[in-house]
Formats: sequence, structure tokens, C-alpha cells
Amino acid sequence: LAPWIPVVGLEIHAQISSNSKLFSGSQVQFAAPPNSLVSFFDASLPGTLPVLNRRCVEAAVMTGLALNCSINKRSLFDRKHYFYADLPAGYQITQQRVPIAVNGSLSYSLCIDNKMSQMVTKTVRIKQIQLEQDSGKSLHDDTRSQTLVDLNRAGVGLMEVVMEPDMCCGEEAAAAVRELQLILQTLGSSQAIMAEGQLRVDANVSVHHPGEPYGVRTEVKNINSIRFLAKAIDYEIQRQIEELENGGTILNETRAFDSKLGCTIPMRDKEGKQDYRFMPEPNLPPLILYDSKSLPANMNHQQVINIDWIHERLPDLPSVKREKLVEQYEILPEHSFTLLNEDGLAEFFESVVKQTQMKPKKVIGWILNDLLSYLKQHSLTVKESPVSSFLLADLLNLLEKKEISSTAAKQVLAELWKGEGKTPLEIVKEQKLELLQDQKELEQICQAVIDGQENE
Amino acid sequence: QVSVALKEGRVTPTELCQRCLALIKSTKFLNAYITVAEETALKQAEESEGRYKRGQPLGILDGIPVAVKDNFNTAGIETTCASNMLKGYISPYNATVVQKLLDQGAVLLGKTNLDEFAMGSGSTDGVFGPVRNPWSYTKQYKEKSVPKFHSEDQESNWVITGGSSGGSAAAVSSFTCFAALGSDTGGSTRNPAAHCGVVGLKPTYGLISRHGLIPLVNSMDVPGILTRCVDDAAVLLGALAGHDPKDSTTIQDDFKPFELPDLTDVSKLSIGIPKEYHAPGLSSEILALWSKAADLFKNAGAKVVEVSLPHTRYSIVCYHVLCTAEVASNMARFDGLEYGHRSDVKDSTESMYAATRREGFNDVVRGRILSGNYFLLKQNYEKYFVKAQKVRRLIANDFVKVFRSGVDILLTPTTLSDAAPYTEFIQEDNRTRSAQDDILTQAANMAGLPAITVPTALSERGLPVGLQFIGRSFQEKQLLTVAKWFEKQVQFPVIQLEEVKRHDSAVFQHQKSASFS
Repeated sequence: LAPWIPVVGLEIHAQISSNSKLFSGSQVQFAAPPNSLVSFFDASLPGTLPVLNRRCVEAAVMTGLALNCSINKRSLFDRKHYFYADLPAGYQITQQRVPIAVNGSLSYSLCIDNKMSQMVTKTVRIKQIQLEQDSGKSLHDDTRSQTLVDLNRAGVGLMEVVMEPDMCCGEEAAAAVRELQLILQTLGSSQAIMAEGQLRVDANVSVHHPGEPYGVRTEVKNINSIRFLAKAIDYEIQRQIEELENGGTILNETRAFDSKLGCTIPMRDKEGKQDYRFMPEPNLPPLILYDSKSLPANMNHQQVINIDWIHERLPDLPSVKREKLVEQYEILPEHSFTLLNEDGLAEFFESVVKQTQMKPKKVIGWILNDLLSYLKQHSLTVKESPVSSFLLADLLNLLEKKEISSTAAKQVLAELWKGEGKTPLEIVKEQKLELLQDQKELEQICQAVIDGQENE
Repeated sequence: QVSVALKEGRVTPTELCQRCLALIKSTKFLNAYITVAEETALKQAEESEGRYKRGQPLGILDGIPVAVKDNFNTAGIETTCASNMLKGYISPYNATVVQKLLDQGAVLLGKTNLDEFAMGSGSTDGVFGPVRNPWSYTKQYKEKSVPKFHSEDQESNWVITGGSSGGSAAAVSSFTCFAALGSDTGGSTRNPAAHCGVVGLKPTYGLISRHGLIPLVNSMDVPGILTRCVDDAAVLLGALAGHDPKDSTTIQDDFKPFELPDLTDVSKLSIGIPKEYHAPGLSSEILALWSKAADLFKNAGAKVVEVSLPHTRYSIVCYHVLCTAEVASNMARFDGLEYGHRSDVKDSTESMYAATRREGFNDVVRGRILSGNYFLLKQNYEKYFVKAQKVRRLIANDFVKVFRSGVDILLTPTTLSDAAPYTEFIQEDNRTRSAQDDILTQAANMAGLPAITVPTALSERGLPVGLQFIGRSFQEKQLLTVAKWFEKQVQFPVIQLEEVKRHDSAVFQHQKSASFS
């Protein structure tokens, strides 16, 4: 049987972290009472006009720069038409012709063969980033045959990030999305919490034989976590391979991922392709951005966005942070990944290092093996840890000073998890875990043991 | 003049308001108003009176009764766009231009009638019925009209106002208000202004905010100003123009209101006569009038040259593609879900949408939506929409070239003929009529240029005819100055309304020559 090459591309919608919506002044807030955050424009009242939110543009520029994109100094807005209850105006304002950023790349790392010790770096090309409006939410109440519409989310700013089909499986896609998530959170341009709908991923999947053209692709939607993303993609790849090997064909369709069944199913309401009748948005002039070279001298800097100014103020991206951790603390690259992957873990680690004489190379083991596994076991975040960095550092100091053995240290740690407020020293004393340092005393004990053995 | 009268206390805002309201009642047969906001108007008049008594009027417009076309949002007052879709719709906010008027103390009498959603050139296709041209009831028209109708038939002999801002034009023309707002997308302010013998100003696109104006074609719409004289139009312009952060298509530059100088010397002026505006169907009467006007300028020492705007003949077709495309888009929001008419059909969201839109829109609107969606289909977009945009650029460039060659103002007819009788007008459908009537006014909207129609003379039938001046972008001061000079030269006669029976003739005399500046 000829081998199959799976091809995976992603369309990611990230909600912009801003106080107000993309084109109107109403607030952005998760889980507010229905229809309490809706301005006249969001409700599409006739005669209202869009006004662009500066913060949203800045967020998109930051994200574009962080993803190595070219920022288009001139980008345009368009209307994408379709009728749906959660789209009050009957069209979405998006950037179809000329988006704000294009041609970037994202590097991410994977473990080969599930061994943490072998990491490989991959790159996925970023086709573009565009600004667009989010839609409202519609809930179908089948018992009363009605549809309930909540427009709180209508008009919230989104960045759509399009990743080229450079990935080959669920694992790669998951790693790429995870890295994107970290970048967005570091920039602050999006909080990117998938569970709150701030990061939504659609996957485009196809398979083909080497040397042949790309196969028909399907779009997989309704994926609510990174874990499910990998599952959904791998399932779909398998489904397509099986279908084709059985002589079937793949339809160019949209499928929803059913997390309970672990499979993808066709979505019902796509009859024929939609023609979105794109048209330029006449109420928004072209978006003009400047850099230090093109900025006119007498321009009020409140009125314009300077790309270079934003570039200078970008925080350290995750990849840079990891490099610095590795360099500064002489830890392994895979350690740095785990540190950044867990919210607050890197800060915890650095805090412990500051408070102890133990070498960071040794501290890291305690952090990644003991602390992290305990947190995972009990589904706690770093912030919720009953053992503070102070306590852990205290404990590690005892170990470093050879006042206890490492076995004893693990026992103390187990006691500390109970969170009863005792210090490591107190626990050591209680449980008599001190290491004996006195040579003479040790000789006496050993002699007693030997004597005891001789008597048997 | 009436503003001075208010200031001097010779008449009070409440009296003025009451007289206008009474006049609206007695001219109800014109059907110029959809909603009369009697209570709020009187209240505004009262407040204005208080200010005058304290010697603190807000400005020239304080206490002046105005009317607003019913496609502008007015908080608390019904806004219908003469459509079933918005019957009973009470907007929660004021359009920026309405707010500006109110902030200056103007008294809002009511909302005027129009073609449904401003689509039409007759003000005949709204759900509240057609608007009648006040000139149908004048001594001048009666005397000149062919006397083959008996008095019973006179009812059917009335002429249209033109459109789509016919209600506003009729309101100003019949003295029920001193100024009115219209909208102008292809000539909708200038056309009815010319037919009703009033001044109609289309400002440069981007000068006056469109926030709150329910859009027809976002890239061409402007709020229009209708008044009885050019000076009044300048006052309104000063009150309304300027950047609005709520409308991203308004220019950022500061606007300085101006007073119009009394031009005496036109020798430095260069007037262009575009030959393509000698359009097919142009009545010989209007052609002669146009010629006479050109001579007027020439004899006064101005330079009058023939110029060419070669792409004029493509403007109607181009307009139809772009207009219908934007209409299809703008009307997509009317689905009955958030506001407006909602059908009782409940089987599914889609069927509710479809029924709502079928019930809410008239044939004209639905026709344009269908055409527009056709032009926006992926396979048609390049062929129609993009091509039309390119032609639009060519049309705009025609003007640029002419103005660059030294011409200051263009002089053209506004309409092809005087106002047609209603029975004759409705022989052809809306689309045909629009295509015919827009031809002289439409290109200015494509190019975003300012244009003004000034009542010039009465036709042989005793009906008003106006001529149009088109100026350079944002050069309204020059445009209006020239228009004012012209207005002075032609001395257009005052309307002599006959059939206003239950009416105080003394008041009528007072208002006959009334302007408010």
C-alpha cells in the first residue's frame, strides 16, 4: 500500500483583549447578562456607522510582528454577507482583500517519540492575519421551537490567523496552537483561553499520495481544547485514509468534532457553497499605518499608529524567554518548555532559585518532578499551590546543607502539601528526620547494628 | 429676516411654531409630512422663547421651525423611511445633523415624506402615498394649465414634487417650515428642490456627518439642505458641517462657517458649460433658460466656456450597478429580528426573514436588492462592480480635469423638464423614471462634489424650473456666493398658493417673502 501524506492547515480566531469592541464603544466581557453589552451599532440599528478601535489595531500589529509578518501599511475593510440570527447587520466586517499582516512564520517544538529528551523545532508559515468582527451567539431551544439570540459578543474584535497547510498531524497542530496561545498571552493581545471561546480553531485536513496533488480537504469545527484539536485531526486523517482505501471519495465539506464520540460528523446546514458577495466597506477609509520613516512630522501621535514604536516595545516572546532560562540557569531546553507551558511555573522556579543556594540545575528537578506532578494530580494551578516558593526554597536549603537526606526531603514535602502551616524545619524535628553528622554517634549505631547481627 | 424678527420680539417662537403647525394642517392634502411632532415642537418653541426673553438665543436658528426627511433618525419620534419595514419604529438616538439643529435651538416640526428608503425620483413610491407639489395649487399654475379639465378633475391634475426628498421640498415651498433636511444620493435633494421652486444644496461628500442618516448608498449619500434662499442654505451649512467622530468618512479639517459676501463683480469668474448635459429629453424650455443664464454671466463680464465631461453618458449605468450593490448590502440588516416589522411566519429563522422582507419592502426596494446581489456574486463582481468603480473614477476625473483647466463653477440644468403631472409620471416604472431623471444630478454624487440648484424661472405651464451649479470639492463658499449672485439676478417669483382656505391671510402675507437669515 502506498503511504499517505496528511496535510493540515489551521484557521484560528483569537478574541482581542480590549475594553471595547472593534467598531463600537460597548464593553467586552465574558459571561455578562444576555444583551447587556450591545450598542446601537452592534444591534445594527439603521443609520449607525462603524468607528475603528485603536487598541484592536495595535493588538493586531503586535501579533503580526511577533509572528514575523509584514505589516501592510495600507489595509482595507470588506463586508462578507450572509443571513444568520447571530449576525444582526446581515454582513460581517472583515479584511478579505488586503489584511493587516501577511507572510509570517511560527516556530514550535515537538518531542520526538514522546521522549522529552528529544525535541525538534518545526515552522509553520502564517499566511495572514486579519481583523474582523465576532458574531453574537444563538442558542436553539428545541423544546419551545425558538432561537434565543445574545448579541453581547457581536462586534467583539477578532484576529483571524491563517496557518498554511505545513503541518502533518494532530500533534503538530496542537503544538503550533499552544505556542501561538503563549505568544498571544505574552503580548497581551488576546487572553486566548479556549474554554472561554477566546481562541477558536478550525482545521483543514486532507490526505494524498506522495507525488500526487493535494486531496480534497474537509474543514473541522467545534473543537474546544488543544487536546481535542489533536484528537479531531488525527481522527479525520484516519477517516479519510480509510474512506479512500475503501474506494470512496472525500467531500469538500464542513464537519463538526463530537468530543464524546471522538469522531467528526458532517454539519447539516451547508447546502452548496455560500457566495458571500464580498464588497468593500464604504464607511471605513483604508487603514493607514506608519513607521518611523513614513511618519509625517507634524502628525498628532495620538491619531496614528507607528509600527516601529510598537516593535520596540514588544515583550520577550516565549522562544526568547526559553533561551534566556536555558542560558541563565543551565537547564535543558525541554525543561524550559515545561516551565513556560504551565502558567506561573517559570516565575515560581525563578523565585525558588533566588531564595536557595541549591543550583538551579538541581532545583529544576524538584519543580518539574515533584511540584508539578503533585499539582497535576490534584488539578491545581501554580497559583493554587499549598507549597509556596518560600517553603520549597527553605526545604531545599536544608537538603543543600546536608541536614537531611533527599529521601527525607521527599517525606517533608509530602507533609508540606497538607498545607498545615508548618515549616520544613518543624516537620524535620517532628519526624526526627535529621541527618546525623556526628561521626562518633554514627559509629556507635553501626556498631550496635553489627553487634545485633552477630547475636542472631 | 424672521430670525431678526424673533430677536427683536416682533414675533415669538411659539407664535411662529403655532402658525407653521396650523399651516401644516391646512395643507395636509399635500401629504408632505408623515409625522407631525406637535407636542415636542411646541415645547422646543417654549424653551426658545425663554432664551429670547433672557436675551440669550443660541444663534440664528434658535426658534426657527424646521422639518427633517423621514430617513433621519430622531429620538422619540417615529422614523419610517416611508416603508412598512419601519412603520412604528422609534429610534433611540438622534442623527448628528438632527442633534446639531436641536442644539442650536431649532424647532423640529416633523418628519417629511419620501420615496420608500429614498429610492425614486418622484416621492410617489412611499407607503404613505405620494407628495403633491404645492405649485399644483398656485395661481400661476392654474392660469397656465391647459383648461380642458373641469374643477372636479382638477384633483387629478396635480404635479409631483420630484424626489426622493419631495416632502421636504414641499414643506419648505409651502411655508410650513423655514428649512428642511433632505438626503442626496443621485439628486434626491436637488431634483425636488428644482420642481418645487426652492434652493437645494448637496454638500461635498465628507463635509456633513451621515451618522443617523439611514443609508441608501454609503459612498454617495449626503444630507441635503432645502431652503427658500441661498443665504439660508449657508446658515444651515454652517450649523451642520464639520468632523464627526461617529462618522469615519467625514474629513478631519476644521470647518469655519461663513457669511456669503454680496458679489458684485463676476469678471474674475470662469463658468463652464458641459456640453454633455444637453441630454436627450431636455425640454427646449430649459435649454433656452440654460442658455439665457449663460448669457447673463457673460454679459456681466464672466468668462463662459464650453467644456466636456466625456464620461457623463456612462454615469447612469455605473450608478445603477454601484447603487443596487450597496442597497443589497445595506438592506440586509432588515430581518425583523432586532427592530422593525417582523412577520408572523415562524417556521424557521429563514422563513421568518424571507416573509418579513417580502412584507416590509416594496417592489422598488426588492428589485434593487435582487439586482445588487446579482452584481455582487463572485462570478459577476469583477465584470460589474469593479468595472463600475473604475468608470466612477473616470467620471470623477472628468471634473478634476475641467476644474484644473481654470473653470471655477459649472452651470447645468437640474431637471429635464418641469414637474410632470402625477398621472403621467406613474405611467413608467420607478427604475425607468430614476434613470431618466437622475442624469443631470447623478454625476456630482459619483464625484462627491458640491452642487446647488437655484430656482430660476417659471415654465410655460407656470411651474418652477431650477438651474444647477457644481463646484470644486469643499469650495462651498465660492459655490454659494455665485449661486447667491445668480439668485439676485433672476428674481424668482414667490409662490401664490390658492387653495389654502382655513388660513390667516395676514400670516400668509408675512411669511410670503420670509427667509430666516
